[in-house]
Amino acid sequence: MSSAPVEIEKLPKGNSLTKDAWRRLRRDKFAMFCLSIVLGYALVAVLTRLGLVAGTWSEQVGKSYSPPSAGSWHLWFGTDIFGRSVILKTIYGAYVSMTVGLLASLIAVPVGVVLGAAAGYYGGKIDDIITWLYTTISNIDPTLFILSLAFVLGKGMNSMCIALGSSAWVGICRLIRGEFLKHKEREYVQAAKSLGASDARRIFIHILPNVSHLVIINFSFLFISAIKTEVILSYLGLGVQGIPSWGTMIDEAKLELARGVWWQLAAATLAMFVVVLSLNIVGDALRDALDPKLK
Amino acid sequence: MMNYIIRRLLYTIPILIGITLITFFFFNVVGGDPVSIMLGKHANAQMIADMRHEMGFDRPLIWQYFDFLKQIVTFDFGRSYASKQLISKMILDGAPVSLCYTLPAFVIAMLISISLSLLVAFWRGGWFDKITVIICVAGLSVPSLAYILFGQYWFAYKWGMFPISGFQPGFPEMISYIALPVIITVVLSIGGELRFYRTVMLDEIHQDYIRTARSKGLSERVVMFKHVLKNAMIPIITNVVIEIPFLVTGSILLENFFGIPGLGNQIVEAINTSDFPVIKAQTIIFSLLYCVFNLLTDILYSLVDPRVSLK
Repeated sequence: MSSAPVEIEKLPKGNSLTKDAWRRLRRDKFAMFCLSIVLGYALVAVLTRLGLVAGTWSEQVGKSYSPPSAGSWHLWFGTDIFGRSVILKTIYGAYVSMTVGLLASLIAVPVGVVLGAAAGYYGGKIDDIITWLYTTISNIDPTLFILSLAFVLGKGMNSMCIALGSSAWVGICRLIRGEFLKHKEREYVQAAKSLGASDARRIFIHILPNVSHLVIINFSFLFISAIKTEVILSYLGLGVQGIPSWGTMIDEAKLELARGVWWQLAAATLAMFVVVLSLNIVGDALRDALDPKLK
Repeated sequence: MMNYIIRRLLYTIPILIGITLITFFFFNVVGGDPVSIMLGKHANAQMIADMRHEMGFDRPLIWQYFDFLKQIVTFDFGRSYASKQLISKMILDGAPVSLCYTLPAFVIAMLISISLSLLVAFWRGGWFDKITVIICVAGLSVPSLAYILFGQYWFAYKWGMFPISGFQPGFPEMISYIALPVIITVVLSIGGELRFYRTVMLDEIHQDYIRTARSKGLSERVVMFKHVLKNAMIPIITNVVIEIPFLVTGSILLENFFGIPGLGNQIVEAINTSDFPVIKAQTIIFSLLYCVFNLLTDILYSLVDPRVSLK
């Protein structure tokens, strides 16, 4: 009877990259606070999606353009032209922005990762074609690219997400390709190769987990650009139709300001400012925590 | 180095072709039939057929693509559907108007952010550095529309310091109209610029030659201006060159709010009136311009930094 297997189990486990990063991230109190804000927005978005909050945004809660008042929380940010609660519209806007960010990422991340991995790993003709594609797109001014694509696809949320996703995969692809070029020559990949690991196994099981932190860092910046793009496209009339969003609220504020109605602009700006600032800080903290080179 | 420049030039050709293909794909394939969008709901079949023929949409795609290439080479994009003006003339008229406010704003923002970045690098890690970074990140998080709206409301409408909107060509008359757009553009761009230049300066400050300069007894002032700034000129110059195409296109939102008849405003109007040819022409011209300036940046980079080479 040998007790060896038991002792092997007792050996201390090394920290994984994720665990290590999480430990470092948790030390940054301010970043954690910002992360909880971002998660709070996400939670609000989910609850809105489920119809649990802001489902009544279209109902009249007061007079047209009543200023912010301390009474019912629906009136904290006043009402719009139809007497609808500005705060409920802002909450609904958070849902729209989060959805745009999420859907655009769902396009950009898989496309960017797969094409970047293929280009970096296989090289040769595949690399030439993919590099040509992303260099071409990155040579088009991103604003004009998104604008023209959203314009030809027609108004609405879907075309906005497709336009944004089609532009955003480029950055991820370039990053992933560069990392794959470096990693495929490393010892651990060579070792996997000599053990008979297939191409797919080396790409997805060995290299991808070692470069995926770049995608996570990129995620927060992708959300920021999604939120900002939503505002611009909605202002140009290419954004969401028939539902409130921060962009349409700011667009409405253009005419309201001259009448002294500032609360709709203030609410949308404040909501955007808080989440974009939090995303910026979380993104920076994530980069510090996940980038092993800075360790 | 000549070798690098020639290879970089050759490398630009497939990218230029790619840009024309993508733009063509957007407007002639994804966009479907722009004719029915442009003519609206009340068009009859005859009108649509006539216009399709006039615009060449009844021809095979490959011929439409060659027509498009011909338009680019001859710089003749036909007429706008909304204003019936020649598109090439609209672009040539609009670009100088945009430059009227983007150029001064760009120069001011650059001077302020480079000077501040030197100060920040000088006091790196101190409270001045930290506060500047916080202000930059906070400033970047405010939506650009909010700056424009609040700026216009307070400075122009409430306090009457500037005209609310409008534009007048000619030198002295122009100043009062472009003053507020210039200020807002400076505020909008300074956060990003300052963060960029700070990184550049901090990268230089940790180099070996700076340690050498300090260890031979040079004052911090001489180190900052003669060593750090001079070597930081490489990223600064390339950053400046790559910004130039954006100066020509101007800001879409700003021009629309202040009624400045530049290229940004033309895009907004073209979107509002579904003016396909104008949007298409602007997209292709500025993508090509951007591409050419990318090329120039790379070549400049190779001239000032001999370590650069194309893999």
